Amino acid sequence: MIHFVILISRQGKVRLTKWYSPYQQKERSTVIRELSGLILSRGPKLCNFVEWKGYKVVYRRYASLYFCMCIDPDDNELEILEIIHHFVEILDRYFGSVCELDLIFNFHKAYYILDEILIAGELQESSKKAVARLIAAQDSLVETAKEEAGSISNMISQAI
Amino acid sequence: MEQLKTIGRELAIGSHGGWGQSKEFLDLVKSIGEARSKAEEDRIILREVESLRRRIAEPDVPRRKMKEYIIRLVYAEMLGHDASFGYIHAVKMTHDDALPLKRTGYLAVTLFLSEDHDLIILIVNTIQKDLRSDNYLVVCAALAAVCKLINEETIPAVLPQVVELLTHPKEAVRKKAVMALHRFYQRSPASVSHLVSNFRKRLCDNDPGVMGATLCPLFDLICADVNSYKDLVISFVGILKQVAERRLPKTYDYHQMAAPFIQIKLLKILALLGNGDKQASGHMYNVLGDIFRKCEQSSNIGNAVLYESICCVSSIHPNAKLLEAAAEATSKFLKSDSHNLKYMGVDALGRLIRINPDIAEEHQLAVIDCLEDPDDTLKRKTFELLYKMTKSTNVEVIVGRMIEYMINISDNHYKTEIASRCVELAEQFAPTNEWFIQTMNKVFEHAGDLVNVRVAHNLMRLIAEGFGEDDEGAESQLRSSAVDSYLRILGEPKLPSLFLQVICWVLGEYGTADGKYPSAYIIGKLCDVTEALLCDDTVKAYAISAILKICAFEIAEGRKVEMLPECQSLIDELSTSHSTDLQQRAYELQALLCLESRAVESVMPLDASCEDIEIDKNLTFLKDFVQQSIENGATPYIPESERSGMSNVSNFKSQYQHEASSHMLRFEAYELPRPSPAHVIPQVSVPTPIADLFPVPETTCNSETSQASKLPSVAGASSAAHGIKLHLDGVQRRWGRPTYSSSSGPSSTTSTEKTTNGVTHIDGVGSQSRDKLNESRRQQPEVSAEKQKLAASLFGGSAGKTEKKATSTQRAPKGNTRNAERPGAARSRSPETSKEKAAPSVPDLLDLGEPNPTSTTIVDPFKQLEGLVGPTPMPSPLDNSVKTSGFETPDLMAAAYTDLPPSGSSSGSLSSTTRDMYSVDKTSNTATSVPSIKKGPFPQDSLRKDARARQVGVTPTGNNPNLFKDLLG
Repeated sequence: MIHFVILISRQGKVRLTKWYSPYQQKERSTVIRELSGLILSRGPKLCNFVEWKGYKVVYRRYASLYFCMCIDPDDNELEILEIIHHFVEILDRYFGSVCELDLIFNFHKAYYILDEILIAGELQESSKKAVARLIAAQDSLVETAKEEAGSISNMISQAI
Repeated sequence: MEQLKTIGRELAIGSHGGWGQSKEFLDLVKSIGEARSKAEEDRIILREVESLRRRIAEPDVPRRKMKEYIIRLVYAEMLGHDASFGYIHAVKMTHDDALPLKRTGYLAVTLFLSEDHDLIILIVNTIQKDLRSDNYLVVCAALAAVCKLINEETIPAVLPQVVELLTHPKEAVRKKAVMALHRFYQRSPASVSHLVSNFRKRLCDNDPGVMGATLCPLFDLICADVNSYKDLVISFVGILKQVAERRLPKTYDYHQMAAPFIQIKLLKILALLGNGDKQASGHMYNVLGDIFRKCEQSSNIGNAVLYESICCVSSIHPNAKLLEAAAEATSKFLKSDSHNLKYMGVDALGRLIRINPDIAEEHQLAVIDCLEDPDDTLKRKTFELLYKMTKSTNVEVIVGRMIEYMINISDNHYKTEIASRCVELAEQFAPTNEWFIQTMNKVFEHAGDLVNVRVAHNLMRLIAEGFGEDDEGAESQLRSSAVDSYLRILGEPKLPSLFLQVICWVLGEYGTADGKYPSAYIIGKLCDVTEALLCDDTVKAYAISAILKICAFEIAEGRKVEMLPECQSLIDELSTSHSTDLQQRAYELQALLCLESRAVESVMPLDASCEDIEIDKNLTFLKDFVQQSIENGATPYIPESERSGMSNVSNFKSQYQHEASSHMLRFEAYELPRPSPAHVIPQVSVPTPIADLFPVPETTCNSETSQASKLPSVAGASSAAHGIKLHLDGVQRRWGRPTYSSSSGPSSTTSTEKTTNGVTHIDGVGSQSRDKLNESRRQQPEVSAEKQKLAASLFGGSAGKTEKKATSTQRAPKGNTRNAERPGAARSRSPETSKEKAAPSVPDLLDLGEPNPTSTTIVDPFKQLEGLVGPTPMPSPLDNSVKTSGFETPDLMAAAYTDLPPSGSSSGSLSSTTRDMYSVDKTSNTATSVPSIKKGPFPQDSLRKDARARQVGVTPTGNNPNLFKDLLG
């Protein structure tokens, strides 16, 4: 089971966190602090896994962003590595060449996507297409419900 | 000009519908991006939280505005700040009819609330309503919330609806319903136990996604009870066969593997079902063989499936052919350059040697390479492997290595683990007493405060009982060597408390046993212990009890005890101590000193720590007292069993199935007050064995007897002093773990936990020579010879297996010289080679940050940028701003690249197929500003994104130079 998913930047800034096991707010901060210290300092050729408090944390680096997942000791690390990649590929498909900024400004969308891939710490869908379809369905509903957000002229007048 | 620039920026943001948040929020995110320290970030967020707190409470916040506030709260919470004031608004938002708002509400509550939060009760109603909705997206959102929020208490409220959804026409809903039931099972197995047939049905679902999801709950169910699912073996094998033969839709392919995630899950299940079952395993051999044959080793996911197959093969009834295939795959892992694969290989090897220990021999040098690897993760995994293959012949080398590693790490969690492993191995395989004592001393010295108290008690017991042999001589030799070493060690500063406890106990029990040391000397040493700066009460208690024992032995021998002045002052100090336990012990000592020798001998017999102490559990000697109290009007004692019989029986059943702690709450909330005379009791006393004490308003007499009867383990039936001690003991047990540490007198410590210890004592075979060997290995810098020696001592033979040893060492140079030479050379060479490999290939988008220096210089990114921006209908100010803000970037990027380490470790193993996949639609991806031209189907779009990124200004500060590099680039 996946206990939590954390996205941190190379500077140790939190980009996304999702907790599948109960952690108090305080514990969360310590977990993030400990793990970022542990993971960011690791060299590039080393394992993508670290043992941490009886759990294992699998991480993978994409550009300046680290995707980390904490799993049970008897889980398959290589599989988790690919689940991370699966997630990134779906993000990539959704945002069109995803970059860190997409995730920074659209973290809620990243959450929606993550929710379609993982549920309660387990992989629920391994088909990229199925996930994409569902997300698109949800988005189209959102779009129709959305009123026109401030028009360009509005923005200009605001700025001046 | 300034103004124009601002307009350009606004335009850049406003023209794009995607981000959709207000400028304010974008500014917040931007300022967080620019924050240079955690403190600055915290300040910004705290300000934001304050303003949100104010604004969210305003009356009539428009719904859309509220949605954004909620998202901002999520952001604050994500960055580690408390936003609990807004939880209720998130809950309210789930009530909204509009799906976008509802979805945001659900997202927020799943992120905010844990399953035991008070607000959950307010959401259950909404969830119930939404589960009935005819819009499947609403149902999906509700089910996602169900998975996170529904706790044991609320399961019954939604269970019927979730079960109904298992047959929903939309597969997305069915899948989520299955996952929700899985979650319910994890929370409370009893709640869904009657639904198992539904899972079986879902296994045959038309949609592979639903089938795949069903494997999760089935895996858990099979874990709990293998035998009821044996009939499914054939179906699982059938499914796996179909999956492996690519019968599933193409969309489930992943990097050209057929539905690997489903395969892995199935292999896990088969491993469980085939474990120790020859017949079931027989069905699996074929398909497993197929997977081994078909699995490609080039991709990471292929290796994941392969690893899972190895696990499966090592778990089911062994089959020679499959084991061979597994061994072959394992050796490929171990020989790989990728650390990840080596790690998996070491793990796989650990599984295979359980079936066939000889497999390890072939890989000895690879294992030693892993052991000496700078990568901590790999090292630890290797220690785990060594732990599994420890025998009496190699225990010294392995434990020596472990201790050496243990001393040098600071990770307390792992230190604890490795220390307890050392102890376990030492207890199991110790070749000599001296070695055992020395090893234990080292472990305690370096990790004393981390090891379990039980370990200390085990050590004391071992010293007291010996190694289970009836050889008195060996036993006393063990004890005196322990005493010798402890007296030596006491000179060292800063010993861990637990170690001091052991030392005190051993010195008290056996310090004077062999007559080597005078009692005054030992007492003096014990007094020194208590005067140390960091000495805690427990150690003091052990020390004073040890002094008591030594005095007792002296008196029993008929000698006069000379009270040392420091000892006297210690007694004085302790008898006025804040700790009643210490006081007690000090007074006991004083009382004992006044007794005559025969009385002392029966109170504190010599070397009696292993004797059983008889306890009158019925406390017959108190009968009169009880009778008298009852006559005086006290309430009679009701035994616990009768008391617990009064409250709901079914409750208790479940109580024993689950953790007691989670039930405590439910207990109070749901139990109706009972009119029975003892109605107070069920609420106050929790009928778990831990809570021995209960503040029942009864007479002292009753509570005392009940305590005493609950604590039969406490010794000292004879002395009145011990009778009083019972109180302390009970208190100790209530709050602490049920250990013996400070509660009872040390003499009773071991006697109470007297169990047969199955430790065998093995005489060391050539331990000295191996020590020497070890030594020389450390001194010699030459790699291969030293490694071979280590290999020989780890894997090679015992004295009895000399032949084998000879062959293995003979073989080693032949087969392994290459291996042995390689690590030295290869380590320096490998980064280059991997680079060489990577450079000529197509620019690898998935390659994790591997710089591609050739193409960065070819084009001027800004020329292209201008060219692209030109045709877009954007006003000129934007162009301007792009230029101005972009001017500094080339340097920045260059800097980013130079300090970028070479690709992540997995890049080597990253499949060529992946590269192909990505290089098809995205050909160039070099510097971040360049790829915008060619990447993706909408170059203009992504260019705009880059431009916008710069507008927003998160990146050009230099703090975050890599920010707008594509994640996949």
